[in-house]
Amino acid sequence: MQLTLWTYEGPPHVGAMRVATAMRDVHYVLHAPQGDTYADLLFTMIERRSQRPPVTYTTFQARDLGADTAQLFQDAVRDAYERFQPKAMIVGASCTAELIQDDPGGLADALNLPIPVIPLELPSYQRKENWGAAETFYYIVRTLSRPPADDRNGRSRPTCNLLGATALGFRHRDDVNELGMLLRQLGVDINVTAPWEATPDDIARLADADFNVVMYPEIADTAARWLERTYGQPYVAIPPIGVSATRDFVKEVAELVDVDPMPVLADAASRLPWYSRSVDSTYLTGKRVFIFGDATHVLAAARIAREELAFEVVGLGTYSREFARDVRAAARELGVDALITDDYLDVEARVQELQPELVLGTQMERHIAKRQGIACAVISSPVHVQDFPAAYAPQMGFEGANAIFDTWVHPLMMGLEEHLLGMFSEDFEFHNDATPSHLGGSATRGKAAAAETEDESIADVEALTWSPDAEKTLSRIPFFVRGKAKRNTETFALERGIATITSETLYDAKAHFGR
Amino acid sequence: MTPPTTTGAARAITNVDERPVLRERGQREVFCGLTGIVWMHRKIQDAFFLVVGSRTCAHLIQSAAGVMIFAEPRFATAIIGERDLAGLADANEELDREVGKLLARRPDIKLLFLVGSCPSEVIKLDLSRAAERLSRQFMPDVRVLNYSGSGIETTFTQGEDACLASLVPELPRAAGDARSLLVVGALADIVEDQFRQTFADLGIDNVDFLPPRLSTELPSVGPGTRYLLAQPFLTDTSQALENNGATRLSAPFPFGEEGTTAWLRAAADAWDVPERHFNAVTRPGRDRAKKAMERYRERLAGRRIFFFPDSQLEVPLARFLSREMGMELTEVGTPYLHKEHLERELPLLPAGVCVSEGQDVDRQIDRCFAAEPDIVVCGLGLANPFEAAGVTTKWSIELLFTPIHGYEQAADCAELFARPLSRREALAI
Repeated sequence: MQLTLWTYEGPPHVGAMRVATAMRDVHYVLHAPQGDTYADLLFTMIERRSQRPPVTYTTFQARDLGADTAQLFQDAVRDAYERFQPKAMIVGASCTAELIQDDPGGLADALNLPIPVIPLELPSYQRKENWGAAETFYYIVRTLSRPPADDRNGRSRPTCNLLGATALGFRHRDDVNELGMLLRQLGVDINVTAPWEATPDDIARLADADFNVVMYPEIADTAARWLERTYGQPYVAIPPIGVSATRDFVKEVAELVDVDPMPVLADAASRLPWYSRSVDSTYLTGKRVFIFGDATHVLAAARIAREELAFEVVGLGTYSREFARDVRAAARELGVDALITDDYLDVEARVQELQPELVLGTQMERHIAKRQGIACAVISSPVHVQDFPAAYAPQMGFEGANAIFDTWVHPLMMGLEEHLLGMFSEDFEFHNDATPSHLGGSATRGKAAAAETEDESIADVEALTWSPDAEKTLSRIPFFVRGKAKRNTETFALERGIATITSETLYDAKAHFGR
Repeated sequence: MTPPTTTGAARAITNVDERPVLRERGQREVFCGLTGIVWMHRKIQDAFFLVVGSRTCAHLIQSAAGVMIFAEPRFATAIIGERDLAGLADANEELDREVGKLLARRPDIKLLFLVGSCPSEVIKLDLSRAAERLSRQFMPDVRVLNYSGSGIETTFTQGEDACLASLVPELPRAAGDARSLLVVGALADIVEDQFRQTFADLGIDNVDFLPPRLSTELPSVGPGTRYLLAQPFLTDTSQALENNGATRLSAPFPFGEEGTTAWLRAAADAWDVPERHFNAVTRPGRDRAKKAMERYRERLAGRRIFFFPDSQLEVPLARFLSREMGMELTEVGTPYLHKEHLERELPLLPAGVCVSEGQDVDRQIDRCFAAEPDIVVCGLGLANPFEAAGVTTKWSIELLFTPIHGYEQAADCAELFARPLSRREALAI
């Protein structure tokens, strides 16, 4: 048993729902107890979808368990087929139905429906949402795809499939659009986008494309590998998030299908490189960032943070255990420890310990950062209604890099404001506990200060004493670096066996560690 | 969501209270009882709710909790893993270990509910024995109780019922036969304060509320206890109270001016409060409620409303909206129709209203389109698809999270239904 307050991922059948909901003419019959229908609201409320997800639930109750739940399931499949007339169906069980072992696949098969029925085996007590989405997509591709057509239908331009975008994904809607434009500009046409708005007929012609683009490895990796093995279809697996990654992506595609990347690269529409080099961005230098989310977005964010904004990555981690190896490798390269966990409290403790100036994370980290008074931008699922902005806001491609520059930089205190705070720490407006002027609301400050003192779990640190003058000096340090200054000073004092911290110690520590 | 071409046929029609009731068994688009934790943990301030369930349970509560309220909450899920399924003995040990960790972390907790879920019920993990075992270990600091919030046993608000029913055996036995009044069902603190004042003004002292705000303030119950249900979904709690000798005061529910007055009057009659005194005490509240509701009556009168089953509040609210707001009822769906507790409500519904119990959601959507209501009361999974199809909706979960009981909230309750209509009229896009 694992004690959980908040979860980064839902159960695997929610992953299957994300695939089914993204597609067209597909219906999912889920053997599940009453109550599991809550999952519909993720799509209709968070993503504001205007249609109910294409899911029929058996919603069995206690009284059905003594009777025939298998019959209930078959009735649900038959009714759903008649009512919704899908071109393909997926069937499976949620966690509770898995325990009653009714065999949804076999039961549906016995009905001899005139459409493909794809059974899913998603072990709910071992696996989670992203794995469930990947597995569902893989089964759909394996069942419905056909060998490539003999002729190229008179096509002259190379084509590719965009794989991995689902319902309830972080900016998938806009990424599909942005990546499509980028590839067409490069001279590559899109054969099929899947699961996003793909029909079973579209899946059948996946193999016609020259190659696949794995947009989100968490979801499309399994299917892309199978397509490569089965049809010899190569795939590009560089998520084009950030300017450099987009350039790498363009070059790899260009090489694969032998087109000239230069027009696209020369015409790169991103303002990020210039904005980052311009003098007003100097204050971004060395900003300490902590990154947590799904593996795809964390890996991309680490590269952008370091290479494209000159931040210092002080920590990174992921809840995507399937991709832990990649994240560990990236962390090693950055000289930090990777945090591989799905426990929200571990992440909170790490943020507390590291005292970063910016947190790049999920909605969970947004909350952690808010409680600790740290700036934050959201980079990954799990998502919130705010992560489906009305405005066009891709993460991928050159326009995506523009959106990223804005969303990461805006929560930070601006350069001049930082200096004023440093100079006039007791100014009545620019005082210590002021939040960035453009963010308003000072309500969290008190809590942040309280949170800073809660963290003294290490006995050694507790033994340290702060003299009144040192405390006064500390209080004059602007809040957004105060946590770091306190931690550095304490480390410095412990290393040198200093029991009482004075103002002097604080300045010595500052000299030792630098900014 | 697209309007259908044909209308689904009814499955079974039976009579309750000489009124035909449409009973359906199909897909039920409802929450399970775990959802009640979202408000119950705010109400009992020293209680912690530990769901023993799956990742789905954790995900449900997180999603239902207003699409993520953060702050460290007083609820959590002990997620059953594969190893727990392999051996129940281990599952019990694991549970004890997780509870130990939890209570060490949260010394402020005085009452721990182990909440059963669909998977824990199906694998027959005996949480009542676990609660006894853990209670022995942690008493007197922490009392450990258990109830089921599983979807196979409970629908949405029945989770509150199961929770309160599990508290009843813990209530101290009232000494003697002295009369006392118990108001049963979680109410907003402000509503509780208003009712407490009104009862005091009526001369009814010795009034308690279940649940109490702190688990250390459990009310006593005995043969002298008369209780008023503040919510229509408390079947098991009611039964448990009767087993302890308490007697229910039959009344409509305190929604609207009429409902509140009749509800208060049930208590006043039991305490032999003179009619003149009752009128003098309630007059200002009644007048205020009527005055405040006037402006919403203008907006709501003559509008047609359709209720999908959700919280069991549907019948009392339909009665309020039809009798005091002049709305026209099309279908009033409820997950469960408790004839006895609704005995003073059902006769007040106008003739010809379709009352339905249970659900077959696709057929009900068909009926809803066919009825062409002006406003539909439904859950969050259905609301946006209806809006996208041009049908105005009121999310039903808000009816649980907003104070709507009593005189001072009667107009607020009406406003919840008026706002979506006003909004649709105000929008020129």
